[in-house]
Amino acid sequence: MNTSLSWIKAYVPDLDVTAQEYTDAMTLSGTKVENYEELDADLDKIVVGQIDKIEKHPDADKLIVCQVNVGTESIQIVTGAPNVKEGDKVPVVLAGGRVAGGHEPGSRVAGGIKIKKGKLRGIESNGMMCSIEELGSSRDMYPDAPENGIYILPQDTEVGADVVKLLGLDDVVFEYEITSNRVDCYSVVGIAREAAATFRKTFCPPQVTPTGNDEDVNDYIKVTVKDTDLCPRYCARVVKNIKIGPSPKWMQRRLASVGIRPINNLVDITNYVMEEYGQPMHAYDLDTIAGHEIIVKRAEEGEKFTTLDGQERQMDPSVLMICDGEKSVGIAGIMGGENSMITDDVKTMLFEAACFDGTNIRKSSKKVGLRTDASGKFEKGLDPNNAQAAIDRACQLVEELGAGEVVGGMVDVYGKKKEPVRVPFDADEINALLGTDISREDMLSYFRMIDLEYDEKTNEVIAPTFRHDLFRLADLAEEVARFYGYDNIPTTLPKGEATTGKLSFKLRIEEVARSVAEYCGFSQGMNYSFESPKVFDKLLLPADAPERRAISIMNPLGEDYSIMRTLSLNGMLTSLATNYNRRNKNVRLYELGNIYLPKELPLTELPEERMQFTLGMYGEGDFFSMKGVVEEFLEKAGLNQKEVYDPKAGKTFLHPGRQANIIYDGAVIGYLGEVHPDVADIYGIGERAYVAVIDMPEVVSRANFDRKYEGIARFPAVTRDISMVMPKEIMVGQVEKVIEDKGGQYLESYALFDLYEGAQIKEGHKSVAYSIVFRAKDRTLEEADVSKAMDAILGALEEMGIELRK
Amino acid sequence: MKEKLQSIKEEAIRQIEASDVPEKLNEVRVKFLGKKGELTAVLKAMKDVAPEERPKVGQMVNETRAAIEELLEETKKNMERKIREERLKQEVIDVTLPSKKNMVGHSHPNTIAQEEVERIFIGMGYEVVEGPEIEYDLYNFEKLNIPADHPAKDEQDTFYINKDIVLRTQTSPVQARVMEEGRLPIRMISPGRVFRSDEVDATHSPSFYQIEGLVVDKKISFADLKGTLEVFAKELFGPETKTKFRPHHFPFTEPSAEMDVTCFKCGGKGCRFCKGSGWIEILGCGMVHPHVFEMCGIDPEEYTGFAFGVGLERIALLKYEIDDMRLLYENDIRFLKQF
Repeated sequence: MNTSLSWIKAYVPDLDVTAQEYTDAMTLSGTKVENYEELDADLDKIVVGQIDKIEKHPDADKLIVCQVNVGTESIQIVTGAPNVKEGDKVPVVLAGGRVAGGHEPGSRVAGGIKIKKGKLRGIESNGMMCSIEELGSSRDMYPDAPENGIYILPQDTEVGADVVKLLGLDDVVFEYEITSNRVDCYSVVGIAREAAATFRKTFCPPQVTPTGNDEDVNDYIKVTVKDTDLCPRYCARVVKNIKIGPSPKWMQRRLASVGIRPINNLVDITNYVMEEYGQPMHAYDLDTIAGHEIIVKRAEEGEKFTTLDGQERQMDPSVLMICDGEKSVGIAGIMGGENSMITDDVKTMLFEAACFDGTNIRKSSKKVGLRTDASGKFEKGLDPNNAQAAIDRACQLVEELGAGEVVGGMVDVYGKKKEPVRVPFDADEINALLGTDISREDMLSYFRMIDLEYDEKTNEVIAPTFRHDLFRLADLAEEVARFYGYDNIPTTLPKGEATTGKLSFKLRIEEVARSVAEYCGFSQGMNYSFESPKVFDKLLLPADAPERRAISIMNPLGEDYSIMRTLSLNGMLTSLATNYNRRNKNVRLYELGNIYLPKELPLTELPEERMQFTLGMYGEGDFFSMKGVVEEFLEKAGLNQKEVYDPKAGKTFLHPGRQANIIYDGAVIGYLGEVHPDVADIYGIGERAYVAVIDMPEVVSRANFDRKYEGIARFPAVTRDISMVMPKEIMVGQVEKVIEDKGGQYLESYALFDLYEGAQIKEGHKSVAYSIVFRAKDRTLEEADVSKAMDAILGALEEMGIELRK
Repeated sequence: MKEKLQSIKEEAIRQIEASDVPEKLNEVRVKFLGKKGELTAVLKAMKDVAPEERPKVGQMVNETRAAIEELLEETKKNMERKIREERLKQEVIDVTLPSKKNMVGHSHPNTIAQEEVERIFIGMGYEVVEGPEIEYDLYNFEKLNIPADHPAKDEQDTFYINKDIVLRTQTSPVQARVMEEGRLPIRMISPGRVFRSDEVDATHSPSFYQIEGLVVDKKISFADLKGTLEVFAKELFGPETKTKFRPHHFPFTEPSAEMDVTCFKCGGKGCRFCKGSGWIEILGCGMVHPHVFEMCGIDPEEYTGFAFGVGLERIALLKYEIDDMRLLYENDIRFLKQF
């Protein structure tokens, strides 16, 4: 929404503020000014001049030399303009002045162009005559300006007068951000009411006087509304003996100031009233209306309709149409039809000011694929009581402008009249809600300023129907706060019962994950929750993989963002690839983000959202570095038992010989491995990459922060080393399990200290050596204690076919 | 005997002075003071001394031993000091050589911003609560006073799974869920991922983070809202920060406001960063709408409350002067390492 300052001042005559003051104060009272443009910011020293004499330039065919009377003096100006003649009155920028741009449309220059004295082909020129473009506007807004030439001013213009004022360029245009609850502020009158209240000035809205001749409009037109739910009110008036012509300059200027192109008096009046009252209107050529009858009803199934822009459009019964006795003549609230549009030959005209259901207009506008100024206003939900005010105002302007003869009376189809809402008033409660101490009288004075009445008898505030956002005390509190000033409300802190600030346990475990990852060199990445269904193929998942059961978005931004991810790996691999492509070395990333697992498809209840702790890296480090990070995390999260690694993880996207499920407490809590070279190729990662994915709910349910001091060993340990040769297929994990199972109560720890495959070891075997530590808490161990345990261990190992080396 | 001792002493002194390394000193010690050393030999020879002379001789021997020991000790100390000094001289390093860093990872700027906000509110007694990212329309809209056909539903460009389930467009549904649980009073914040169907560009992302805040108690006022958010702004952006509250409209709060803070780049004087205004829009807030209370089973006659929502990316982009939102989701390590 835009308004010019001068148009606001028309209804708030005492308003005397700078553009910045207006912007600040209006924004603080709730009518946010996004920005403003001072139309004359780049215009300086521009006056009306009259051309007394024109001579040819002695050295240039296309130039002329003019003697121009600018009031105080006569100056010589050389110009190439083709359209001036002696006696013309024109805008003249004096030497030292500024214009907004060149004479080509759209050639504005930031800060304007300074005009200096100079010589053109040897002849002195002391100023410049201006086109409308040089004045910063356009022929669209000043239709009387010639194409490609100097703007010729009317003959009755006073020589020497300020052109900026004369053309209404001494104005400021404000652009507002109007919130959806304040439909009334999509009008100049609505904003002027707010401005008057904000600056505590008198609000003088237009005074609409009765219009019309002795005839009865009902003799001209009959209106039937079939779908009253979609059209709560339909007002119609008729104007005959129409004289089409230009609208007056003041109206053209106001329209131009808000970016509306003046066309002719009738179009300008409808546009003017739409801006002024926020009520779109439509004009039909009454002679094209069959049967002089208007019927408001839903479109026929499959109906095609040509709008006045010449486009044929497809309708359906959800779209409301304006019809005459035979045919459709307009899409209600959106655009009229080509078949009933006003032409220059129009004699009698039907004015329509209606109220349509906002939601229906919004949906129809989308369906028809046509959004107009009118539909933009209707879709916000207009006040039916405003329709009559607007149509009467339009007829008043028709009479004032001599555009035609208004027929007496109005056809008004208005079912259930919209009544004002009455809101019980309680000053104490408003003060309690705001934390203020504002007097009851002050509150009532704020209400009066914005046309809210107060009923003393019932102690109710009566909200006018144009304010469809006021229903209860909280709404009144906002009105009070706005005009008391949000800035004047004190600042306090909530009192009352103390509460404990804390993170949830889940978030604390995530914090542990993050700190471990970061200490291990991993930086945090973030990926979208939605991705392409193609990722399943990229990860080589079989057709029946459960991961392919993903939730689809009905209206995605495109296929690449169309399903909710069921595994977190795609984002990680994509990020590693991005880094690889950019030649980043030694990349380590982690992510904490959800996957979304549907309980059933299509979704009938919310899916399970499972937080995944995903780690990925390439460069320095290998499978076992990644395994170390996983174990550091699990240990820090209080999962103190030993993890089991099952190499049969069955992950298609991981190296078949370098992957494992991480099993804790009998449950699979995640997996890790080297990225399958085929998958690395698909993503474009040119190095060995390693990933680990930890299913956080499994960790959170087992995590704890309980720690108990176990004492520091006081008695000496006994260490035994064993060295063995075993088939390659036996994993050291199996050896460790034996040590744990058979190690007995004094087993303290064990560690792999040698692993060798090669020349001295027989084919298909490896040499493995462990160091095993025993210790008792309460005494020095004796040989017997240790050898008993060692015998058990060695015996069990031998049973597995492991050969012990002495 | 006296002469003998004297010559031993002199000889010892000579040899001590001639020593250049501690090992030599040790040799001297052994030679004169050791079990087979010269002084020991003198003592051993005491049996040849007349008994009445023995104490005197003994004393002389001890004096000689003490003198030699003292000199040995002193010389040793000096020698060691010199050696230490020499070592220190040789061990001078160029401290400007590059450091040996452990590879330490970095948090995402969103997370850093989120943690800062959480820290501030946890300190004020707020609990951090999460809610589902895929959410019922009921919680995302209906219970927040955004009924079907409300224009706000269009404005927010919602991703739909089906007509009842959406990708949440805001963290506000967590408000409704917490209120429904009915444990009062409430002081909570809820950070999380939200979704809107905006095409990706420098200032838009279809997925971003918000933090919602909610306080419900008896006698909570708009002044409390202002006070709380003022503390928040000063904590987050520095003690000089000023706040400005402007009326606004949200369906689930009344009265509603937007909060601006003084531009932290220019301090409010106006610069390119704040487009000359001196202020930067930071969050939306308001008093919980009584109808929202009613829909969540809280009596609006007894309880009041305030709510606010702040975009994490907005804070991260502003605080760290990141000029393109896409950087946040590319995960380029050169970007992440700067935080």
